[in-house]
Amino acid sequence: MVNEIFEYAPAPESRSIVKIEKEYGHYIAGKFVAPHSKKRFATINPATEEVLSKVAHGDATDIDKAVKAARSAFVKSWSKTKPKERAKYLFRIARILQERAREFAVLEALDNGKPIRETRDIDIPLAAAHFFYHAGWADKLEYAGLGQSPKPYGVVGQIIPWNFPLLMLSWKVAPALATGNTVVLKPAETTPLTALLFAQVCEQAGLPAGVVNIVTGDGKTGAALVNHPDIDKVAFTGSTEVGKLIAKSIAGRGIPATLELGGKGANIVFADAPIDEAVEGIINGIFFNQGHVCCAGSRLLLQESIADDFLGKLQDRMKKIRVGDPLDKNTDLGAINSGAQLAKIKELSQSGSSEGADIWSAPCELPKKGFWFPPTIFTGVTQAHRIAREEIFGPVLSVLTFRTPQEAMEKANNTPFGLSAGIWTEKGSKILWAAQQLKAGVIWANTFNKFDPASPFGGYKESGWGREGGRHGLAAYLKGSN
Amino acid sequence: MRLDVKKTYKLFIGGAFPRSESGRTYELKNKKGEFIANPALASRKDLRDAVVAAKSATTQWSSATAFNRGQILYRIAEMLESRSAQFIEEIVAQDGTSQSIARQEVAESIDLWVWYAGWCDKISTAAGGINPIAGPYYNFTIPEALGVVGVIAEEKPALLSLVRALAPVIASGNTAVVIASESRPLTSITLAEVLATSDLPAGVINILTGKKSELIPWLSSHMEVDGIDISGADPKTDAEIKISGSDNLKRIHRFDKEVSPNRILAFMEYKTVWHPIGI
Amino acid sequence: MVDLTTLEGADTPGKIRSLAAKAVRPDPTDSTVPHVGAICVYNDMVKIARTHLDQIGGVDIPVAAVATAFPSGRASIAVKLRDTQDAIDAGASEIDMVIDRGAFLAGQLGEVFSEIKAIKEVCADKAHLKVILETGELATYDNVRKASYLAMLAGADFIKTSTGKISPAATPSVVLVMLEAVRDFHKLTGKQIGVKPAGGIRTTKDAIKQLVLVNETAGPEWLTPELFRIGASALLNDLLLQRMKLKSGHYSSTNYVTVD
Repeated sequence: MVNEIFEYAPAPESRSIVKIEKEYGHYIAGKFVAPHSKKRFATINPATEEVLSKVAHGDATDIDKAVKAARSAFVKSWSKTKPKERAKYLFRIARILQERAREFAVLEALDNGKPIRETRDIDIPLAAAHFFYHAGWADKLEYAGLGQSPKPYGVVGQIIPWNFPLLMLSWKVAPALATGNTVVLKPAETTPLTALLFAQVCEQAGLPAGVVNIVTGDGKTGAALVNHPDIDKVAFTGSTEVGKLIAKSIAGRGIPATLELGGKGANIVFADAPIDEAVEGIINGIFFNQGHVCCAGSRLLLQESIADDFLGKLQDRMKKIRVGDPLDKNTDLGAINSGAQLAKIKELSQSGSSEGADIWSAPCELPKKGFWFPPTIFTGVTQAHRIAREEIFGPVLSVLTFRTPQEAMEKANNTPFGLSAGIWTEKGSKILWAAQQLKAGVIWANTFNKFDPASPFGGYKESGWGREGGRHGLAAYLKGSN
Repeated sequence: MRLDVKKTYKLFIGGAFPRSESGRTYELKNKKGEFIANPALASRKDLRDAVVAAKSATTQWSSATAFNRGQILYRIAEMLESRSAQFIEEIVAQDGTSQSIARQEVAESIDLWVWYAGWCDKISTAAGGINPIAGPYYNFTIPEALGVVGVIAEEKPALLSLVRALAPVIASGNTAVVIASESRPLTSITLAEVLATSDLPAGVINILTGKKSELIPWLSSHMEVDGIDISGADPKTDAEIKISGSDNLKRIHRFDKEVSPNRILAFMEYKTVWHPIGI
Repeated sequence: MVDLTTLEGADTPGKIRSLAAKAVRPDPTDSTVPHVGAICVYNDMVKIARTHLDQIGGVDIPVAAVATAFPSGRASIAVKLRDTQDAIDAGASEIDMVIDRGAFLAGQLGEVFSEIKAIKEVCADKAHLKVILETGELATYDNVRKASYLAMLAGADFIKTSTGKISPAATPSVVLVMLEAVRDFHKLTGKQIGVKPAGGIRTTKDAIKQLVLVNETAGPEWLTPELFRIGASALLNDLLLQRMKLKSGHYSSTNYVTVD
């Protein structure tokens, strides 16, 4: 990115706004407690590999304590709290998140590796909005079309991923609390810090002890939560692989689950698309959040008649993507969340090349420490390639072409996933026709990666069960509605 | 003994606090017959100006996102809460009731305002939707704000009756011209102070104190007003108001202390859109 | 890159002279501040501007004249041609013309095109031609793009957003659309056309945003007065104030910059 005429000065966001403790415990029954096993593990900044803090490892005993706390809170306080008071707790949480937004944005960028511009402008505001939106539902459930007086499940076990830590927390906790449930939340192994800071928000909002409990740990911790006999419902966002395991382990236990799993979204550009906007949309679709997005537009389905021109523009645009320090406000693409994820991305990219697709990466200087991958596209990809079928979860775009709209639909739907799709065309009737054909839970037309608490999100087929957001998302937490 | 600085109660129009252009006021006394204040006695010209202000605020307010409106309404609740003591004091002075009854009314009013704040970004979901017509067309219905809505506030309770009528009117994006309670006008102006400090755009709510019988005919016949909540008018004058309002087919409604999203929908219009599906 | 501008009905010889002085020496306390890119005036002020600039050491500063019945563009083609010729005869080496928005919105694109072509012929090799699209009146991004292409095909050396007389003027999104058109035109024909946002750019921050847009869209080659100008008046003082802050480390005051 050498430009002698106009070099942008670094614009670092200050870290001093957030105080990170040297170590954390679990947040159970309104207090931080030491882990039963006394074991803690490090959470690092993936951009520098610096250790940020040590968090507690949750075992079955910790999970049991948390579930008991959630049950007690449900029975003794939360189920007795009037809906309009529940609403006011959630409004408070939303407002405090807004007040402390910058603090959370910086912490999220440090722990996750994504750019500060994204945490500041997207993750944190959306998380606050999610609480604000669901606060308003708490005392209006009879208007949600889910029955005259829908009832909560009770104690909900929630497991969230590392790609949008605080946002995923809000997608889980806000509707659960609004509908009257209490929660045991297990944040992702590599990104626990904003969840732990969120415990402070619960304190500041005066939320009764035990309504929200946070147990940190790894996959085993999550399994312990899913398998606990006294939870009434499971909500999980993560890989399809683990989602299927969860489906197996709850089978026969009489408890439901919502699963928000993987995807291999097709971003479809027709010849009559608004080209410059489509280029931006494709770029955003795969490079936003380093491609660590379940609904990423990771397959570009490009109408063959405009392919060469379009790919040229795409590459020119990719050359302008700034990869680097997540805390620098100039940065577009941050670090890959972990060494493990980086290895996966590299392995799949390797397969792309070895299976015969053509690779091109934007030339950029990658920092020496930390986990990094340049924005990359593969052209000449077909549905038979692994990189067209498997979720890479990184900044890697697979480009396929199509001749006719029908062919585009066939290719787009030719996947066990069904989370998202994008449609780029100026023709309204074609948008609606394609939307009708596509087997995807979220369809973006002439835009991409747009989220709103009022808009239900979730996938078809192996992309999961159920929806989050909107009145449809409330159903997940109310008995008898699903 | 310290002398307190007494407040001047003026009108609230276009985000500012002007006196009545007529220069008139009326004497407000408490139940014991003691002087409390000289609230403004609004004229038809003040009402005219209020409608102008409300009309010019409609585009910005109705095109704000529902989320934004919800946040502003919630902010109003925050400001109401922080000024509860003032409201309680005024209710006690105007009504002669006890502190605890006044406190209850204020608490109920704030909670009701919060309830309506939470409706802003949900009303379309509850009342709109996709219509399954028999053909290859995408068809959806969406409720939209009317425009300028007049609110004739009930005489009492001072704060709760205002909140009951006003919050649902503006939640959807309408702007309002309020004719306040004649006997309990101070609360409406203190509410105006809350509105002025809550990020509510100027002109979204305008409040006139004065004689209902003088102002209502000008409101009901004004061709720029799209709807009126007449819950606070003398029921004997309902027919007269409706006749006067029929020239531009105003949407006129009376509610009997109702609390429901119907009060929001009563001042909205449904728009249905069709688009063919096909390549 | 700043085209220091005055376009008021009340412009007088005195006003033009003080504008010229500021153009040559924007900061009287700091001679390292370079002179402006050009000054932009009405065509009957060109002679005064040119003469005065030459007298005070501003020989290098071109005089740009607005022409073709600026700002409305509502006059016969004969008047517009004469307007342009007068300005060139008086010493203008840059012409900022307006397109006929009425003709554009009425669908008479051929007329819009031939007018630009005719003005370009008058300019010949004596003046470079900036074509003002008046994006605020064109109303949609599609129209802005269309008008940009039209102007470039008809011979514009620069495309310019606005007259500065109406709002909205040079918003970042409108400038982006024009830069994309310029970039695509360059790819197709090899010709580099300049871009001039004008109107609404009052602060240094606004100006930097424009520079970033140019850098990221058309490319760093466009970051030169030959291909990029900002039409402004208040901006210059803000640039000076920011410059002072960089040098001194504290915020400055309007007492330390001149009125022009």
